[in-house]
Amino acid sequence: MTTPTDTSAEVATGAPPLSMPKHLLSIADLDLPALRALLDTASQMQDVQRREVKKVPTLRGRTIVNLFFEDSTRTRSSFEIAGKWLSADVINVSAKGSSTSKGESLRDTAQTIAAMGVDAIVIRHSASGAAHQVAGWVDAHIVNAGDGTHEHPTQALLDAYTMEHAFGGSVEGRHVAIVGDLTHSRVVRSNLLALAKLGARVTLVAPHTLMPSGIGEWAQTDGFALATDLDEVIASGPDALMMLRVQRERMSGGFFPTPREYTVHYGLTRDRLATAAAANADLVICHPGPMNRGLEIAPEAADAAQSRVLDQVAAGVAVRMSVLYHLLTTGGLEMTA
Amino acid sequence: MTDLLIRGARLLGDRTADVLVADGRIVEIASDSPIDAAAVAGRSVETIDADGLVLLPGLVDVHTHLREPGREDAETIASGTRAAAVGGFTAVLAMANTSPVTDTAEAAERILDLGARTGLCDVHPIGAVTHGLEGQQLAELGLMHRSRAAVRVFSDDGRCVADSRVMRRALEYVRSFGGVVSQHAQDPSLAGPSACCHEGEISGRLGLPGWPPVAESSIIARDAMLAAHTNSRVHVAHVTTAEGLEVVRWAKAKGIALTAEATPHHLFLTTEELLGYDPDYKVNPPLRPQEDVDAIRAGLLDGTIDVVATDHAPHARQDKEHAFVDAAFGVLGLETSLAVISDVFVRTEQMTWRDVARVMSQAPARLAGLTDHGGDLAVGEAANLVLIDPDATLTVDRSASQSYSRNNPWHGRSFRGTVHTTILRGTTTAQNGAPCDLTRV
Repeated sequence: MTTPTDTSAEVATGAPPLSMPKHLLSIADLDLPALRALLDTASQMQDVQRREVKKVPTLRGRTIVNLFFEDSTRTRSSFEIAGKWLSADVINVSAKGSSTSKGESLRDTAQTIAAMGVDAIVIRHSASGAAHQVAGWVDAHIVNAGDGTHEHPTQALLDAYTMEHAFGGSVEGRHVAIVGDLTHSRVVRSNLLALAKLGARVTLVAPHTLMPSGIGEWAQTDGFALATDLDEVIASGPDALMMLRVQRERMSGGFFPTPREYTVHYGLTRDRLATAAAANADLVICHPGPMNRGLEIAPEAADAAQSRVLDQVAAGVAVRMSVLYHLLTTGGLEMTA
Repeated sequence: MTDLLIRGARLLGDRTADVLVADGRIVEIASDSPIDAAAVAGRSVETIDADGLVLLPGLVDVHTHLREPGREDAETIASGTRAAAVGGFTAVLAMANTSPVTDTAEAAERILDLGARTGLCDVHPIGAVTHGLEGQQLAELGLMHRSRAAVRVFSDDGRCVADSRVMRRALEYVRSFGGVVSQHAQDPSLAGPSACCHEGEISGRLGLPGWPPVAESSIIARDAMLAAHTNSRVHVAHVTTAEGLEVVRWAKAKGIALTAEATPHHLFLTTEELLGYDPDYKVNPPLRPQEDVDAIRAGLLDGTIDVVATDHAPHARQDKEHAFVDAAFGVLGLETSLAVISDVFVRTEQMTWRDVARVMSQAPARLAGLTDHGGDLAVGEAANLVLIDPDATLTVDRSASQSYSRNNPWHGRSFRGTVHTTILRGTTTAQNGAPCDLTRV
């Protein structure tokens, strides 16, 4: 059994103490050492995930509430498994329907949960900034599990983890193209921040109607590229293609004429898969899920050898274990049952 | 009735004089030799030592939300007029988006009467342009005008009169009795239903849906052309964008009967405030980037903007404690607007007190048709006055507000230039931040 002496040993070697934030609201909260620590610990957590007996006692006696104002089977399950494998008590609270101005105020909901004495609240909300606001109202650690169209930091962590492992250790200098509905994607905002910190080169691909306002200035400040022609980007041989989910309801909102036209222009079709694979032998395909097969990604691409979609799901549990561990403890990783 | 002697104030910030008020009117102004209080035979005289203070006509707000009837938990006409008096106002125009909506003569008269009962500040109802603010059918504009409330300004504020046909008819209709339509210029079809901020780089990063500036400028342009076509008057409420201001400038140069207002918050706060997702900065129209704030300031200085209005919009606390997109729109403004304008424009010597009187009293009174307000400080005028201490500093404490609400974006900020005393028809209604208890009078 490893003990807290691990931590003191680190301190003794003169390594600077890790500045892990109290909450994980945005990837912007993490400096590079903290981001690195979360990804490296996730790797150890993945070892736990592969064991026959997966439970470690690290968070024994801690209580985590998954406070979900919006349905999300995969993210909620992933956080639930992560907490349980770390031996925390995990409670799922569905607050769907109360996330409007008509119901109980967000502050009252959050303070009620916090008053029960929970250590961490994992919050998913359809409104941007909800996790940020809750962090100002309660003492518990807050983990943003997706806030509106703002951020989804653990998704960016699992994407970075997946790509690092696919590329043999690092995304530095790799070209990642993120394709689809950028306006409504919390995944892309977190990924831009994480990939920039890790040194990847990013190109965002979308029609102008699905690009967030002010993206031009943003691209200049933060140093990523913008494109509207997916074929040109694929011809340049990107290392990774991250296909974003396109919600069908956006199609009727005037953002794009028809699903068919979207697929022709921005879908990862059979033909584009072949071109992309030919242009880059190490191609990696990612998708945050759930996939609209046949819309933004052809089944042939979703199930291709280059696809890392299921690796992403597995990595999701590992990075969430890492996040909960780092936020809720001050060191001393107990890795044995 | 007690007379009032204001001794040694700087009238409109210029010459120093004594001002004697009797029976609610200014009866004497003496700048050469002081008025002898003892010589005012047979009357009791209350003297205000106004040495170092600036005397202006009482402030007039053409854009206030008093929430009564309907949301008395957020504000009442009584609490709102206390805030108005503390803020130096002697008249406010109450927006129509109450529950029920002020879209009938009876509803308008009720607001007039509730205002008269408080005695702290004149309250004039603004009538809705359309029935129920629904933007479809004209409200009873003529009946509201013929009522005791004599409604002259009409607005669906909170909502834009988006339908061009309805706006045209409203302008045509109010022309016969000299009415004016105050437009919340914002095309709803240019943004999603949950738009809650300025559409730009910050909203893109924050993942918040926004209104593009063109939603404002395009409606101002349309309304200017409709005003020209109907030979009627349109007032643009809270102009917030540089491009909207350009359209106002163009329309005025063409001789179109168009006036425009700006709010203290759009003259001071920027989109940057939204970075913390604090709903106390959620306002409609939204806070804009610094370039727009600078343009609106320039527009106020060059006369393109006619009036400063508060858009005082109190909200019960629970309505602001939601996620940003779900929280209510609006900020408090009555108690702080003079201090903000003073600090931004007078302290920096970009405006004189005479300019402040013009944009916060005289032009608003003219717009609203209030002949007893917004005077020039001349003998015979109604004594609706405000004394300002130009050197005192106001540090805003939201818990000290007279408003029932606390959605105060100015909390913790300091501004130089404060309201010292407010006088309504010769009666002191507020002094040094506290409203007067008129039940004693």
